Amino acid sequence: MKYIKDIGSYFLMLKRVFSSFTKGSVLKELIFKEIDDLIFTSMGIVAFISFFVGGVITIQTALNLSNPLIPKSLIGFATRQSIILEFAPTFISIIMAGKVGSFITSSIGSMRVTEQIDALEVMGINSLNYLVFPKIIALLFFPFVIAVAMFLGIFGGWIAGVYGGFTSSPEFIAGLQDSFDPFHLTYAFIKTFVFAFILATVPSWQGYYMKGGALEVGKASTNSFVWTSVLIILSNYIVTQLLLS
Amino acid sequence: MIKVENVHKRFGDEEILKGITTVFDRGKTNLIIGQSGSGKTVLLKCLLGLFRPEEGLIYYEDKAIQHMNDAEQRTLREEIGMLFQGGALFDSMTIEENVMFPLRMFSNQKRTEMLDRVNEVLARVNLENVNKKFPAEISGGMQKRVSIARAIVNKPKYLFCDEPNSGLDPKTATVIDNLIQEITHEYNITTVVVSHDMNSVMEIGESIVLLKHGKLVWQGTNEDIFKTDNEDVTNFVYSSDLFKKIRDVQLKEG
Repeated sequence: MKYIKDIGSYFLMLKRVFSSFTKGSVLKELIFKEIDDLIFTSMGIVAFISFFVGGVITIQTALNLSNPLIPKSLIGFATRQSIILEFAPTFISIIMAGKVGSFITSSIGSMRVTEQIDALEVMGINSLNYLVFPKIIALLFFPFVIAVAMFLGIFGGWIAGVYGGFTSSPEFIAGLQDSFDPFHLTYAFIKTFVFAFILATVPSWQGYYMKGGALEVGKASTNSFVWTSVLIILSNYIVTQLLLS
Repeated sequence: MIKVENVHKRFGDEEILKGITTVFDRGKTNLIIGQSGSGKTVLLKCLLGLFRPEEGLIYYEDKAIQHMNDAEQRTLREEIGMLFQGGALFDSMTIEENVMFPLRMFSNQKRTEMLDRVNEVLARVNLENVNKKFPAEISGGMQKRVSIARAIVNKPKYLFCDEPNSGLDPKTATVIDNLIQEITHEYNITTVVVSHDMNSVMEIGESIVLLKHGKLVWQGTNEDIFKTDNEDVTNFVYSSDLFKKIRDVQLKEG
C-alpha cells in the first residue's frame, strides 16, 4: 500500500514540477547553476572511471582470447560494444546515482529540514518547479557526459591494448570499425535520456518528501541511491527489450 | 486585518484546532500564545495557507483565502512576509541575495534599485557589512534580523513570525521583539507572532490570544494578562518561577 502511495505522490510531484513556472530570468540562472553542479562537477570522476574501466575491459578481453584462430581485432570490437551498449550509459548512470543523486536528495532534504522549502511556498513560489525543473533541464546534458565516457573508455582500451602489448593499433582500430551499427549509439543515447530523467526526479522526490532531521536526510540519500539504481536497471531492461530485441 | 472564523483542523482522527474565531488587527503585534502542542503553529500554517482547514474561513481584509483563485492567492502571498523559527535563509545565497530574493521574484526593478532597497532594509534591522557573507558565517541573532529584512523588503501587508526568539539570549530576543513591533507600527502592517515566551508577551503583546488543546481560551492585551482571573491564563503565565516571584512581590507591595 505504501509503495502505491509513493508512486502516486511521485507522479503528482511531476505534475507540479511542470506547472506554475518560476520567473524566466531566475529560472535561467538556476539552470546554469545546476548544469555546473550536476554536469561539469561530475566530469572528473566520469573521465577517471571511464578511462581505466575501458582499459580493464580491453585487458580482460585480450586475456580470454587464447585461440590463435580468433583475430586480435576482436579486442577492439568487444571493447567498443561493451562500452557503447552498456558500460557508458548504464554503469556511469549508476555511478551518477551515487554522486548526483545523493547530492540532489541531501540538498533538497536539508532545505526541507531548515524550512527553506516552506519559505519558498509562503512567498507564493512553486517550490517543486523552482527546485526540480532546473535539475531536469540540466540533466538533458547528461548524454554529453555519456559521450565523453564512451570516447574515454575506448581511448583507455586502446592505450591498455596497444601499450600493454595485447594488440596492435591497426588491429584495435580495425576492430572498432568492424560491423559498426549506428543504431547502437541511438539506443545508448535514448536510454541515457531515460536515466537522466530518473536521476533528476527520483532523488528530488526522496529529498522533497522526507520528514525528520539531519539523520533522516542521510537515510533519504541512501534510499535515493538504492531506488535510483533499481529504476535505472529496470528501465535499462525495458528499453533494451523494446529497442534491440 | 485578518479574520479567523470557526476554524477546525484535523490530522487523521485527531482534531488540532477546535473552532478558532478571532481577529488580528492591522498596525498591532498580535500574539498567539500557548503551551507546546496547543495548536499555535498549526493555526499559523492555516493562516499562511500551508494547511487547509476542514471547516471555517480565514479572511484577509474582506476575502476568504479559501475562496481566492490561484492568481489572487499568488498576489496575497506577495503581500506576506514570514520570519521562520530557524530563519530559513537560503544557505547557498549570500545575505544580500537572500534579502533580494523576493524582489527578484516579484518585481521588475533594476539591479541597482534592488540593491538600494536591500541596503535600506539591512540598515533598518541594524546590519551592516554583511552583504557578501553567507548565513552560516553570521550569528543566530543576525540571521533572525536578516530574515526580518527579507520579510519586509517587498513592503508586505502582513508579517508572520514563528517563535522569533527561540534559541536567542534574552538581550538579543528583546532586540528582535522590539524590531518586530517597530516595523509593525512603521509600516502599519498586520503582524501575527507565535510565541510561548512571556518576555515577548510583556514586550510586544498588543493583542494576545491564548490557545489550549486547540481552543481559544482567552483574548486580551499584555496589560490585561496580569489582571485576569482566567485560570488557563494564570496557569500559563505563572508556570515560570520568575513571574511567580514578580507576582508575590507585587502582592506584598499591595
